[in-house]
Amino acid sequence: MITIAILTVREAARRRILWLLVGLTIGSVALTGWGVERLATLAREGGSDELEIRIGVSQILILVAFMFSFVVAMTAAFLAAPAIAGDLESGVALAMLARPIRRADLVIGRWLGLCVVLAGYAAASGLLEIAVVAFLTGHSPPQPLVAVAFLAGQGIVILTLALLLGPRLPSVGAGAVCVVLFGLAWMAGVFAGIARLFEVEVLATVARATRWLLPTDGLWRGVVYALEPPLVIAGAGAAIGPMAEANPFYASAPPPLPFVAWSVIWVVVVLGLAVWSLSRREL
Amino acid sequence: MTASVSRPASGASNGPAIATNDLAKRFGRTVALDGLTMTVERGEVFGFLGPNGAGKTTAVKLLLGLARPTGGTARVLGAPIGDRAIRSRIGYLPELFRYQPWLRGREVLQLHAALARLPRSRRRAEIAAALGLVGLTDRAESLVGTYSKGMQQRLGLAVALLGSPELVFLDEPTSALDPVGRLDVRAIIRAARDRGTTVFLNSHLLTEVERVCDRVAIVDRGKLLAAGRLDELLGSPVLRMRVTDVAPAVIAALAAFGRVETEGDRLTIDPIEPSRVPDVVAAIVATGGRVHDVDAGRGSLEDRFVALITAGPPTEGGPPPGPAA
Repeated sequence: MITIAILTVREAARRRILWLLVGLTIGSVALTGWGVERLATLAREGGSDELEIRIGVSQILILVAFMFSFVVAMTAAFLAAPAIAGDLESGVALAMLARPIRRADLVIGRWLGLCVVLAGYAAASGLLEIAVVAFLTGHSPPQPLVAVAFLAGQGIVILTLALLLGPRLPSVGAGAVCVVLFGLAWMAGVFAGIARLFEVEVLATVARATRWLLPTDGLWRGVVYALEPPLVIAGAGAAIGPMAEANPFYASAPPPLPFVAWSVIWVVVVLGLAVWSLSRREL
Repeated sequence: MTASVSRPASGASNGPAIATNDLAKRFGRTVALDGLTMTVERGEVFGFLGPNGAGKTTAVKLLLGLARPTGGTARVLGAPIGDRAIRSRIGYLPELFRYQPWLRGREVLQLHAALARLPRSRRRAEIAAALGLVGLTDRAESLVGTYSKGMQQRLGLAVALLGSPELVFLDEPTSALDPVGRLDVRAIIRAARDRGTTVFLNSHLLTEVERVCDRVAIVDRGKLLAAGRLDELLGSPVLRMRVTDVAPAVIAALAAFGRVETEGDRLTIDPIEPSRVPDVVAAIVATGGRVHDVDAGRGSLEDRFVALITAGPPTEGGPPPGPAA
């Protein structure tokens, strides 16, 4: 299992596409850092006080985090979907599975390796962005490590789903399905807030169920909460109350512990299904 | 293409390398393998012959535990098929040989040494030996993606023979090789047998099988048509001659050597005891006959193969094929 995990990390490191992504990420961090710095400077010149500037920067940082969240989800989907499916289609898996390894070793090894790559990317890109913004504007979010952990968790949910679907659907199709489901889950989060506001019980139930079926939006709210200055949370709660919950870039509370535990269970169950699915497959 | 390779680490060395009993595989209504019963003894090169789609690759996958049988049983190196531990003593070159194109040749072997759980202390030497065996030492540091198809098949052969396994499954091992490469593979197979490795050679190339295999099984449409030693399968030797000036009385007298047939200047004695071929020639020459050509040998495997495939599988209730061991 560890051998397969190391192989997966090595494969990712040797792929040009990953290094292209790293280059683009560094470019994005530089560009967004420059943009935030220019806005902060203009605001200062316009007479805004430091508190207003920091609140503004915190909101831009959340928008940038959303961009990274989308990139992490896309990367997870399109790295994981062909990971095992490609091995099966090309025949690489035949020689490996004739060795004294279980099929579970292949699935879990692939999963572990992809988790390392994805969590590494999420941590590096997220912390670099936060560090650059802090250096240029002086604003540091309250819990940067927690934010990065939720960002990585969101990616791990998508990669686990892609690993399950990859061998059953065409790889590109499986990746696309994962990205679409990610978008739907995000929209479900928005609908859940609106439904609560207007007390539409059916919509609220469907939206809530969607959040539990695919926990990416709940984890995204964890990213938002960890990046949100407490002042914003208090201010938004007082100013617009429950309506703020419909805003996908706002979270009044961290994801509840049972939800976080469910997310872990969800990953374990889906990974188990991926193992079961491959175990039943004729090679 | 030579290197010193350690002898297979023998586990339980009793019993045959492979024993199948009524092994069957169906994919829906399609019968891929229909009641295969055969035995492969340890240390022999066993040829598994059949046309494309005969069920050869399915049989190998069943024996390796890569697919599940729908009927029958089988044991490989004494363990039931699917036993994971036994696979550390087995090598496999798939028909569809593909290795990670982004790895170097040596790295592919390092990966398989780890997957096969070769002791770390032996890995370096075993990898060097396997690379030497297939003539890839000079390209060991190149990416597999830059290898030709033939080189990839050689790498696959190195992967299969890595660590001197007790049993090696080679599924069409020369499909991508040129004539020189095929010659090399035959030498590698013979060397593996000399070291005590059992080789299960899956092929539809008759000359390849004829030249290296001790025993052969012929399958078609999932059924075993015949099995046995090559000389058993090919039958008795036949003497074919081109002769002139042979008197009818002499031809009649030649019946003492075997059944005689003539057609023009062609004379056939079937069967013939090989040691008596010079006597036949001497008898013809002594009576004034002239001998232009002499060919004493068994029918070719190709003739036998074509005859069996054309005849088709034995009918229900008909005579079963001879035992494979």
